[in-house]
Amino acid sequence: MANPNLGLILKQLFSRPYTNRFPVKYAPASMHATMDAVTSGKAQITPPVPAPEHYRGKIAYDREACIGCKMCIKVCPASAIEHIPGPDGKAKGSKVKFYMSRCTFCEMCVEACPKDCIKMTGEFLMADADKNSDALIVKDSGSFAAPAQPAAQQPAPPTA
Amino acid sequence: MAGKSYTLPIGPVHPALKEPTMFKLTVEGEIVTAVDVQPGINHRGIEFIGMRRNPLQVLHLAERICGICSIVHQYSFALASEKAAGITEIPERAQYIRTIMAELERVHSHLLWAGVAAHELGFDTLLHWTWQLREWVQDVLEIISGNRVNYAMYIQGGVRRDISPEVIQKLKVMIADYRAGIDQLCKAFTDDRVFRHRTMGVGVLTYKDAVETCAVGPTTRGSGVHKDVRIDQPFGGYADLDLDYCLPEKMGYENNGDTYAKTLVRLQEVVQSLDIIEFCLDNMPPGPIRWESNMTKLLQHMKKAEGEALGLNEAPRGEMIHYVKLNAGDENVSIWKVRASTYNNILAWTKMLPGCQIADVSIIAAAVDPCIGCMDRVTVVDQDTGKEKLFSNEDFYRASIRKTRAYQRKVSP
Ligand code: SF4
Ligand code: SF4
Repeated sequence: MANPNLGLILKQLFSRPYTNRFPVKYAPASMHATMDAVTSGKAQITPPVPAPEHYRGKIAYDREACIGCKMCIKVCPASAIEHIPGPDGKAKGSKVKFYMSRCTFCEMCVEACPKDCIKMTGEFLMADADKNSDALIVKDSGSFAAPAQPAAQQPAPPTA
Repeated sequence: MAGKSYTLPIGPVHPALKEPTMFKLTVEGEIVTAVDVQPGINHRGIEFIGMRRNPLQVLHLAERICGICSIVHQYSFALASEKAAGITEIPERAQYIRTIMAELERVHSHLLWAGVAAHELGFDTLLHWTWQLREWVQDVLEIISGNRVNYAMYIQGGVRRDISPEVIQKLKVMIADYRAGIDQLCKAFTDDRVFRHRTMGVGVLTYKDAVETCAVGPTTRGSGVHKDVRIDQPFGGYADLDLDYCLPEKMGYENNGDTYAKTLVRLQEVVQSLDIIEFCLDNMPPGPIRWESNMTKLLQHMKKAEGEALGLNEAPRGEMIHYVKLNAGDENVSIWKVRASTYNNILAWTKMLPGCQIADVSIIAAAVDPCIGCMDRVTVVDQDTGKEKLFSNEDFYRASIRKTRAYQRKVSP
């Protein structure tokens, strides 16, 4: 009895794999050595599948424009946002900072902000060995008014 | 084999279950003779966490109750909390988008289940094929909402993102592709003699038992029970649709409640969901997508509101209920209670498992759509000697595969 799915099998035999071989085609003997080679420009990785247009990735925050109204903190379900009081502990001039290790990427803060000083970027390579590392805390991403240079997608080198 | 019975305790912690549970099987030789289910062992306290947050925050907590049917949890919570707060004028376009999202989720959930069922029986090619098909719907969900899982689409009084004309085009292409793909998939499942051998007459849930154990969703529809929240108490976009219960008899099989019948129900429901999405896309009215787009005002309204309400919904696994109580002057949700569909369906195990072989336990348990494949481990206690033997999910899986291979040898000419 011929297999009814023979056509499909033959087609798949000669087509490219459905998966993207990110970061490298085969698991290397040492991931750390590979990552070091990539960082020093000796090797290249297979780029990840690009994120779609409205992807909810790492937060960008325009500290200058923030008025410290705490609306973002009110709607954040994960308590990922910390309030930093202004000079002398006053409410005036207070700002916030974002802990990406707690963030659930729900975009609520972006919508709630009256000053539009929070954005979600397409960046998603955020794996880190330390959940309190600087790469995972967003304090200031520069002003949104001037078009910021999009940061190149670079995998964070694993901290040993 | 008289006098020689064993007890197989399963659970209590089972990472794949929404409600971690424990069940003890009494086995005589290869045959399961009795089942005792003890749910409620691992209580995450998610409702308590929710009661210390305001309704806008709980939306996203509700979404994380389940990793697969996350949308319906958010949908039910939104329905319940907006009813409690007296928000009745949900824009029509928002209701249609809500319906589209819920149905897209049903498609991916049922395809996931079909893959798991194939895997439990040892058909791993079918598993990969099904899940490849499922990738497209995940991609579409990502384009609409911005993420592959946890879509954060719903909010009290509407939805948070619109579906643009370009995405509508993509959805239409996807639906056309899916119709062809599901057709092939149906054939792969129904034409396979070994699959039929392994599922027909296995794990039977009779009509009477389905009604008595209050089973919900495809589990109960496989037994011919007419139960579907979308039809019985229509809400959102479903009210405009003329839906019919998906029963096995529509594909020329008896409504006998076995695993094969449940498979047919799910395969039909994927097609039904595609029909619903298509209807909603064609008839989507223009207009706003939110009752109130200013979050500060919405929060204040919820704070002042006083009331309680139920949010009913048909999850991919069956009926689910969220109960919400809001107190005036209290920012947080006062009471939040969730009853997810698996809670009902687990009781059906007590009727489906007795009489089956140990090799069939995994497919029968999977038929109600929790995932027994990642079960921790099971201890076999020999009652006579009191000796324990460790029985892991691997062993269950292997037993299942051995049975499939034996059938394959038998039916191949
Ligand atoms: S995206 Fe959500 S979880 Fe993350 S900081 Fe904003 S509100 Fe909090
Ligand atoms: S809502 Fe916007 S302006 Fe207000 S504190 Fe947060 S980031 Fe600053």
